[in-house]
Amino acid sequence: MSGGMVIIGAGLAGLTVAETLRAEGYEGLVTMLGDEPYGPYHRPPLSKGYLLGETQEAQLTMRADALLAKKNITLKVGAGGTAIDRAAKQLTLADGSKLDYDGLALCTGSRLRPLPLAGADAKGVFGLRSLDDSKAIAAALETAQNVVVIGGGFIGLEVAAAARKKGKAVTVLEAADRLMARVVAPLISQFYLDLHTGHGVQVVLGAMVSELVTRDGHIAAVTTKDGREFAADLLVVGIGILPNQELAQATGIECNGGIVVDACSRTSDPAIVAAGDNTARRLADGSFRRLESVQNASEQAKSAAFALLGKEREFNATPWFWSDQYDIKLQMVGLTAGFDQVVTRGDPETKKFSAFYYRAGRLIAVDSLNQPAEHMTARKLFEKAISPSAEQVTDASFGLNSLLSA
Amino acid sequence: MPNVTYIEPNGNQRVVDVPTGWSIMQSAMSNGVEGIEAECGGSCACATCHCYIEGDLAAQVPAAGEGETAMLDNVVAERKANSRLCCQIKMTPELEGLVVRMPDAQS
Repeated sequence: MSGGMVIIGAGLAGLTVAETLRAEGYEGLVTMLGDEPYGPYHRPPLSKGYLLGETQEAQLTMRADALLAKKNITLKVGAGGTAIDRAAKQLTLADGSKLDYDGLALCTGSRLRPLPLAGADAKGVFGLRSLDDSKAIAAALETAQNVVVIGGGFIGLEVAAAARKKGKAVTVLEAADRLMARVVAPLISQFYLDLHTGHGVQVVLGAMVSELVTRDGHIAAVTTKDGREFAADLLVVGIGILPNQELAQATGIECNGGIVVDACSRTSDPAIVAAGDNTARRLADGSFRRLESVQNASEQAKSAAFALLGKEREFNATPWFWSDQYDIKLQMVGLTAGFDQVVTRGDPETKKFSAFYYRAGRLIAVDSLNQPAEHMTARKLFEKAISPSAEQVTDASFGLNSLLSA
Repeated sequence: MPNVTYIEPNGNQRVVDVPTGWSIMQSAMSNGVEGIEAECGGSCACATCHCYIEGDLAAQVPAAGEGETAMLDNVVAERKANSRLCCQIKMTPELEGLVVRMPDAQS
């Protein structure tokens, strides 16, 4: 009997591959393997509402079992793949059983980048990636007094904001000289430094962590190379992720900082596609780009399902992301890498403004703070490849919307 | 517990008990209602939980905020006067009997 389509991973990417296969009329077997003990669930609230107890576990459900069954999607939880035999088109599962496939989708996601220091496995030290991680941090927050966060990126800062809301003393240790440095311009970093400081977070920039001090197997403090010591009974490490590419790598599929895919989510094996955090997209100039976002997981997954059915669906939309910290919604569209000019629209004092990034005179990204309408306008400008001038952007009386109808 | 009637894209009606404080999106998801994707998990960032609020109770639903109004610009199905993102509507006792219709497409 035909093995049908097998999907390794039951996150947003895996689920979207499965549902897109059905939406496109595929009638064979669809099997989705998840290595966590849960079916598909919403991850964005894990660093926000769920930590605060505002969102309950049942509210994270992304698809009820009954709906998956109705769509004839077989979900196996606690079952990851351990080896792929590409010649035989057969997958070996963790329990030793074998599964044949006609097409295979690798939606294996990512894992936490480990902190390479002794004590990183002590009690009270956490990373945040999964529901179980978030559960553990939420439980620890109930009794913790001094929370230290290593890493001033989105995850670290969202956790810091949640911990402050719970009334904890919070310190953020960031190695770079500004917050979210990989993604945003210095003026946005400064805004968030002021925001967190204003909420009572101690933010230490240029902090090179040197030692985790433990007491009776529990985290007690974090020291930095300049000799400072920060008391900690809860330490959250948010220093990025690593793509889960090993399964593909072991079978000779091309990997380069992720499983290499084209715009249609195809890997170097015609029967195997990949989507989500675990992929490195090959770009036209020969470079590779890994994006960790909801949009990327969803869109790559749709393309992957099409590719499994022998159809081409390119994903070339401009990337978008968001981050919620305190009462500020940061919405980003485009990638800021290589910008040579930034102009702002709106007044940062009002906590409602946008930063427009240019490279060689062309708009490449827009970060909007509490400006959802402007964010949507920016997305449409990118869709239509319209680049407003810096003069138009900084002129508050000029409606950027007017460029869309031109 | 107040209930909501969901009308799935194929016209099938589902009556679901919704705990107060839950969003209309969350109860649809946990009860296996068809027709919602809700990619962003209720963060008002993706416009894939579009719905139409029907019937007399529509006037009782608090108006859409700035973020939701902007996001509604991006829905795939026809945007109507009664279009909402169901992740932004929190259940209250006053909304007992609310009727929510799912569009044909979310993305």
